[in-house]
Amino acid sequence: MKSMHISTTINGDPVEFICDPGEPLLDVLRNRLGLTGAKEGCGTGDCGACSVTVNGRLVCSCLVLGAEVEGVEISTIEGMANDDQLHPLQRAFIDGAAFQCGVCTPGILVAAKALLEKNASPSDEEVRFWLAGNLCRCTGYDKIIAAVQVAAAEMRGA
Amino acid sequence: MDTGQSKREFRYVGTRPNRPDGVDKVTGRAQYGADMTAPGMLTGAILRSPHAHARIISIDTTAAEAIAGVRAVITGKDFVRLDDEFTRDVQENCMAREAALYDGHAVAAVAATTPVIAKAALAAIKVEYETLPHVTDVDAAMKIDAPVVLAGRALETVPAGMSQNVTNACEFGHGDLDAGFAKADLVIERSFKTAATHQGYIEPHACLASVTTDGKADLWCCTQGQFFVRTLCSDIMGMEASQLRVTASEIGGGFGGKTTVFIEPVALALSRKSGRPVKIVMTRDEVFRATGPTVSSSMDIRIGMTKDGRITAGEATLRYSGGAYPCGTVEMGAQAAFAAYDLEAVRTYGLNALTNRPKEAAYRAPGAPQAIYAVESIVDELCQKLSLDPLAVRLQNAAKKGTLSSYGPTFNDIGLVATLEAATNHPHYNAPLGPNQGRGLSCGFWFNFGGNTCVSLNINTDGTVGVTEGNPDIGGSRASISLMAAEELGIPYESIRTIIADTNSLGYNDVTDGSRVTFSVGLATIKAARDAIGKMTSRAAQYWGIDADAVKWVDGSAVPAGSNAGKFPPLTLAEIAAMSPQTGGPIAGHHEVNVDGAGVSFGVHLVDVEVDPETGFTKVLRYTVFQDAGKAVQPDYVEGQMQGGAVQGIGWALNEEYIYGEDGRLQNPGFLDYRIPVSSDLPNIETVILEIPNPGHPYGVRGVGETPIVPPLAAIANAVSRATGVRLTELPMSPPRILKAMKG
Repeated sequence: MKSMHISTTINGDPVEFICDPGEPLLDVLRNRLGLTGAKEGCGTGDCGACSVTVNGRLVCSCLVLGAEVEGVEISTIEGMANDDQLHPLQRAFIDGAAFQCGVCTPGILVAAKALLEKNASPSDEEVRFWLAGNLCRCTGYDKIIAAVQVAAAEMRGA
Repeated sequence: MDTGQSKREFRYVGTRPNRPDGVDKVTGRAQYGADMTAPGMLTGAILRSPHAHARIISIDTTAAEAIAGVRAVITGKDFVRLDDEFTRDVQENCMAREAALYDGHAVAAVAATTPVIAKAALAAIKVEYETLPHVTDVDAAMKIDAPVVLAGRALETVPAGMSQNVTNACEFGHGDLDAGFAKADLVIERSFKTAATHQGYIEPHACLASVTTDGKADLWCCTQGQFFVRTLCSDIMGMEASQLRVTASEIGGGFGGKTTVFIEPVALALSRKSGRPVKIVMTRDEVFRATGPTVSSSMDIRIGMTKDGRITAGEATLRYSGGAYPCGTVEMGAQAAFAAYDLEAVRTYGLNALTNRPKEAAYRAPGAPQAIYAVESIVDELCQKLSLDPLAVRLQNAAKKGTLSSYGPTFNDIGLVATLEAATNHPHYNAPLGPNQGRGLSCGFWFNFGGNTCVSLNINTDGTVGVTEGNPDIGGSRASISLMAAEELGIPYESIRTIIADTNSLGYNDVTDGSRVTFSVGLATIKAARDAIGKMTSRAAQYWGIDADAVKWVDGSAVPAGSNAGKFPPLTLAEIAAMSPQTGGPIAGHHEVNVDGAGVSFGVHLVDVEVDPETGFTKVLRYTVFQDAGKAVQPDYVEGQMQGGAVQGIGWALNEEYIYGEDGRLQNPGFLDYRIPVSSDLPNIETVILEIPNPGHPYGVRGVGETPIVPPLAAIANAVSRATGVRLTELPMSPPRILKAMKG
């Protein structure tokens, strides 16, 4: 089948690309656009390492087709910091040692940001259930939950 | 013992600064294995056996080669058969030669201009197999009439008359077992089984290989040890080490599973054949089917105890299977099984049997969790039946300084008693429990390793410092290395940048394993800093016109050693660095060593669970880890090791297992069906760090990474037993298994 030509917006920038009709958005981001912050941990929507938002909705980019994103707004980890200012979640993750290898971190940050946009004051339980689709094998999640709460408190105060 | 260690005041070590790679990792900038590209790069892909055991009669690649965009196709015949058995096993595990030995074993590979073409090319390769009988269970594999996975591979230590699948045998211990058991008031003997589990790193294996026509090669890969990758790949490819430069990417988890090669020789061979860079990235399915799992195990344990809690004798027979190739992991299990106890009579026997499963790769304290799970389950049952406090019994029998260990050496300073006392005094131990709830505990142990280590430390002319080390940073080690350099040099942590060298930039470093990095690289960094300090004090002496030994280093400056040396104002590191071009040139410190003196590590885990009597589901309610770190260099990352290891152990205890069908194929090669713990499964993991200095390290550091995966298996099993009143003897303790046990 012929490649498709797609126009979309990623992290506020206008972007055009061509892709195969069956090509996952994750592969487009990583292999065609050089946005390698989203990771492929499974390719089946089980690990959350490829999390991005499409029109504000949290998705696994391995389960979205590149062909589906015509005219939408996509946010990835590369767009989370505001120019040279890290997002409070990013700072909290560094300050709180909330990652070890860091490969799940982009997905977890994108997912946590989506949570705090819906719920500014989540309980620990709510954070744990929201992030249940993001696998981390290094940390045991403890410091991740704590860091999300630190960032949430800071964002409420701001 | 250096008794001064425990009194040492640290300025930087023990603080919690941000890690140097933090910003890269929260912004998506950090480059992992799959994130690298090269001009003209091809996509490599691997064809894998659908059979558990099959002879490869023929492989026809002509149709695949004819597809436009396919630039190379290789099979096992593209690799030279090696004489060295160890390396040959590694090579044949990367690409089968005469036979496929497990579901997922690589049999051919392609390199093509796009992933779509590569996939089509794999489908066009015709492999003719003759399927052979298979065996995936360790006990079945040990039967004399079992299908033979590989013939003629038994070591001399294996007793005659066993199945040809039995490759390794070992025995450890001391004392008179019969006399010991005769002194016991109660002897319990049980058999246990544990499933194979996978390391479950979130980053699949990935590499980018580029071989040029003059025989030079560059290899980028996610690995725990770029130097060992170079050794394996240069041996397999018939290259000189100097011509193969291996660069370790950021690594997305390893836990032991990235200490060997799977795809790297394949990518190199495809690149050599095609003349183009080749990138291979595994799918998750490939990761489960063809890399890493632990051994599966079957064990018989017998322990005797007096009415007042003294263990009189312990005996263990461990049968491990490390998959389709010989595996010595059982030797570590047999050594670790009773390490926590001071015993007069102890004996462990270990056997490894081949099965049609993927070749075992190390997983965090390889071999220890299984054996210690079984031993700690029986110790707990003895305590239950004799109505004894399980912590008090462990304290009563604990190994300590001077104990003849169950595996031979006599222990030096160790922290087991301190961790047990900390657990005894912790509020968790006496907190009330509700209905269907139980509290369990277990000791854990790991040897820890040192090994070949090489560090360069460069004094920059602006007074900052670059540390070059050779071990991939798998959990924050660059921070701990920088902290130790800061401590020794007396300059701020922020003035130091630690990087990980490629294989052409530094001498050989052993793999990031054995919990060795903070210990060994830290030790080499401290010694490299002292080397640099020696040079800096010489430069100061030269400047002042006094003897070099009349200068000492205090708080980041050279100062005269005493009033006789002369009166000069201190020269700071920055001042000495700035004038280095005029005083003899650049200043650098080095240290190269095969490190000895890794202090063993003990931990104690305490866990509360609730078991739903309707479903058999186990909820972990509360979890506390107590562990001796020797000296916690960056406590955040020590806690992180304790928490992460505990949760991997929780997964092993409750959920995780390799499930094989009657056809010998892996039935759950994905994260949906191989379920690792998710955040909603877990409570907070509390941590208590003990610091009993290791005499073998200048700051008392011990490795901390592996011990925490050891205790959870038995701690949870013991908690489940106390919650339900039944003793489970097989892992994982999945809801159906618990329900079945409860219904008797």
